[in-house]
Amino acid sequence: MDLHIVWFVLWGVLWSVYFMLDGFVLGAGMLHRVLGKNDSDRRVIINSFGPVWDGNEVWLITAGGATFAAFPTTYALMFSYLYTPLLLLLFALIVRGVSFEFRSKEDGAAWRGCWDWAIVISSFIPALLFGVAFGNIFSGLPMDKAGYHGSLLALLNPYGIVSGLLFVMLFVEHGALYVAVKSTGDLSRRAENLAKTLWVPLLLIAVLFLGYTNFATKLYDNYLKAPVFLVVPLLAVGALVGVRMFLGAGNALAAFAASCVTILGVVGTGVIGLFPNLIPSSLDALYSLTIYNSSSSEYTLKIMTTVAFIFVPIVILYKIWVYRLFRERVTAEAVAADHEAY
Amino acid sequence: MDVLTLSRLQFAVTSMFHFIFVPLTLGLSVFVAMIETRYVLSGNEMYKRMAKFWGKLFLINFALGVVTGITLEFQFGMNWAEYSRYVGDIFGAPLAIEATVAFFMESVFIGVWAFGWNKVSRRFHAFSIWMVAIATNLSGLWILLANGWMQHPVGYVLRNGRAEMVDFLALITNPFGLLKFGHQIVSGYTVAAFFVIGISAYHLLKARNREFFKASFTMAAGFALFATIMVAVIGDFHAADVAKTQPAKFAAMEAVWNTCNNAPMHLIAFPDAKNECNLVSALPVPGLLSFLAFHDTNAEIRGITSFPKDERPPVLPVFLSFRLMVGLGTFFIVVAAAAFFLAKNGLLEKYPLFLKLLVLVIPLPYIANQLGWIVSELGRQPWIVYGLMKTSDAVSKSLEMSQVVGSLAGFTLLYGLLGFVDIYLLVKFARKGPEETHVRATGAFGN
Repeated sequence: MDLHIVWFVLWGVLWSVYFMLDGFVLGAGMLHRVLGKNDSDRRVIINSFGPVWDGNEVWLITAGGATFAAFPTTYALMFSYLYTPLLLLLFALIVRGVSFEFRSKEDGAAWRGCWDWAIVISSFIPALLFGVAFGNIFSGLPMDKAGYHGSLLALLNPYGIVSGLLFVMLFVEHGALYVAVKSTGDLSRRAENLAKTLWVPLLLIAVLFLGYTNFATKLYDNYLKAPVFLVVPLLAVGALVGVRMFLGAGNALAAFAASCVTILGVVGTGVIGLFPNLIPSSLDALYSLTIYNSSSSEYTLKIMTTVAFIFVPIVILYKIWVYRLFRERVTAEAVAADHEAY
Repeated sequence: MDVLTLSRLQFAVTSMFHFIFVPLTLGLSVFVAMIETRYVLSGNEMYKRMAKFWGKLFLINFALGVVTGITLEFQFGMNWAEYSRYVGDIFGAPLAIEATVAFFMESVFIGVWAFGWNKVSRRFHAFSIWMVAIATNLSGLWILLANGWMQHPVGYVLRNGRAEMVDFLALITNPFGLLKFGHQIVSGYTVAAFFVIGISAYHLLKARNREFFKASFTMAAGFALFATIMVAVIGDFHAADVAKTQPAKFAAMEAVWNTCNNAPMHLIAFPDAKNECNLVSALPVPGLLSFLAFHDTNAEIRGITSFPKDERPPVLPVFLSFRLMVGLGTFFIVVAAAAFFLAKNGLLEKYPLFLKLLVLVIPLPYIANQLGWIVSELGRQPWIVYGLMKTSDAVSKSLEMSQVVGSLAGFTLLYGLLGFVDIYLLVKFARKGPEETHVRATGAFGN
C-alpha cells in the first residue's frame, strides 16, 4: 500500500469532516443575529452547538497537525505563503471561541450586543477565507524556484472570491438547517424557512463554481482520466438537490444530513481533482507540491498510519456518541434553567 | 528589527500568553476531578457545589487556553517554515498525535462535563472530568516530547537535506522531554493549588461560605504541598539532565564562566556578560554545583567561555530567571506546608495576615512557570534545535517585514484585550462565591 496515497486520502477526509462539522457552527454563527430575534433565541443558538463546537474545531487542528506530520514541506510553504489570510483566520477563530464562552457571563445589553456582533463577524471571516484559500489551492499558487509571488490581494481573484462565496453559502445553509433541527417553535420554523430561501442563491453559486472550475483549474483532468470518481461530484450535486426536496417534504433532519453530504462531496470533489498535488503551482508544474515531493519519510508515514488507524476510529466512535447524547432540541426554558449553559 | 527578531518576539508573546492559561488548566482539571470523585463517593452536595464553582472558573480559563493554542500550531508553518521543513519529519508527528489522541478526547469530554450535569449519571459525569484531566495532561506530554526533541534531539538522521525520524521509541522516551513533562505538570498543579487556596483565603477573610471554602482550602493545601515538593524533586533531576545534555544552558543558568572541577554554588551572584565574569559572587558552598549537576562534588562544570561566542545563550536573563524561579519554588514549599498545617489543625482564621498573604501569592506560581520557560527557551539559544539548527536559519523566507509587524501588533492588541476581559470575568466569578455563581436567568431584555 502506498502510504502517500493513504495520507492524501486522510488529508482530504480531515478537511472535509472539519468543514462538515464546523460548517454548521460557522453558519449558525453568521445567522446568529438574523435568526436570533431576542436574547433567549440567541442563547438557544449558541447552546445548540455549545457541547460540540470545540470538538469540531479540533478537526482543523488535526488537519493542520496531519499536514505537518505527513507533508511537512506543504505545511511549511502553505502556512508561510498564506500568512496574512491565516492570521485573519486565527484572529477570527480566537474571537469566536471566547465569544461563545463570555457572551452570557454578563447581563448588560451592551456586553451581549458586542459579543453577538463578534460572533457574526468571526464566523463570516473563516467561512470566506477558507473558501478563498481552497479556491486558490485548487487553481494553484504562483510559486516557482524563487518562492512565492502572491499576495493577499492576488488571492482575491474572481475564482477565489467565487469559492469564498460558495463556502459562505454552503455554511449558512448548513447552519440554518442545524438550527432548524436543534431548536423548537418559532425559531426552528424561521430557520427552516430561511434555509429554503437561501437554497436558491446557494444553487446559483454552486453552478457558477462548477462551471468556473473548468476554466480556472485543472481539477477536472483527473475525472477525465478516471471517470469512476465522477461519483463524488454527482453525489454532491444530488445531495444539494436533496436538501431542497427534503425541506419541501418538511423533513429538516434529512435536509441537514443531505447538507452534510453536500459539503463532504464539494470538498471531496476538489481534493480528488488535486491528486497527486497538494498545492499545484500555477506557474510551473515542476514546483507543484505533491504527495511525493513534500512528504515525510516512509518510516514517519508508517508510524503516523499506525497511530491514525488505532485512534481515528476511536475518535469517531465517541464523537458519534456525544452527538447522540446531546441530540435533544434545545429550548429557551432549558437554557434559562441551566446555570451551566452558555 | 528584522523578520527574524519580530518573529521571535511574536512567538514569545503568543506562547507566553497561551501559557497564562495552560498551567491552571493542567492543575484545575485534576483538582475538580478529585472534588467530583469525593462527591460521588460521599454523596455530599457541598462537593457538587464545589465542583461547579471551581469548574466555572476552570471553563473561563479553559476557553482562552484552547483558542490561543491554535496560534502556536499554525505559527510553526507561518513564521518558521524553514524549521518546519527541516524537522517536520520528526517534529510534526508528536503534534499530530497530540491532536488525535488528546485534543479530541479533551474537547468532547469538556462538552459532556459542562453541559451534561442532567444528561449523564453522577459517576459518568465524574468520569468525564477525569477524561478531561487525563487528556489535558496527555497533551502536555506530547507537546513536551516535541519540545524535548528541540532541546535534545534524538532518534533522527540527517538525510535528504533534513532531519528524518528513524527511532520513534527514542523520541517518546527522550529523558529530556519526560523530565520536562514531569516538572511541568506539577508546576501546573502548583498554579491551580495556589489559585484555589488564594480565592478560598479571600472568602475566609470575608467569613463567607466558611465550610465550603475551608474544605476547598484544605484539599488545595494538600495538593499544593504534594505539587511544590514534586516540582523541586523533578526539577532537580531535570537540571542534572540539562547539565549533561545542554552544558551551555546549564552554565548560563548558574553563571559559570570558567570551566572548573569541584564547582561551588554561590548563593549570591550577578553576571557581567561584557567582561565574561561575575560582578558579585559571594557565599560559596564548595562543590555544591558539581554535586547537584553530576552527584559528584569533584565533577567538572563547563564554563560559558568554553563555548564559541556564537553558541552562547544570553547569560543574564537565563541566570536571573532561573534564580528567581528556584527562589519562588522554595518559597512555595514553605507556604504550602504552613497552609497545610494550619488547615489541618483548624487554625486558618486565627491568622488573617497569612490569609491575606495567600491572596497575594496567587500570581506568583504563574510567574514561576513563565520564568521556567524563559530559562528553557532562551537558554537554548542560539539554537532552535540544540546543536542541529540555529534559530536564525529557521525563519520563513517568504515573509515581509510589514506582515510580521502587522501580525505582532494584531496579536498584542487582541490578546491584551482578551486577557483583560478574562481576568475581569475570573475575578468577578471568584468573588461571587458558590451561592451566586449563576448568571441570572434571562428574559429580562430582548423580547
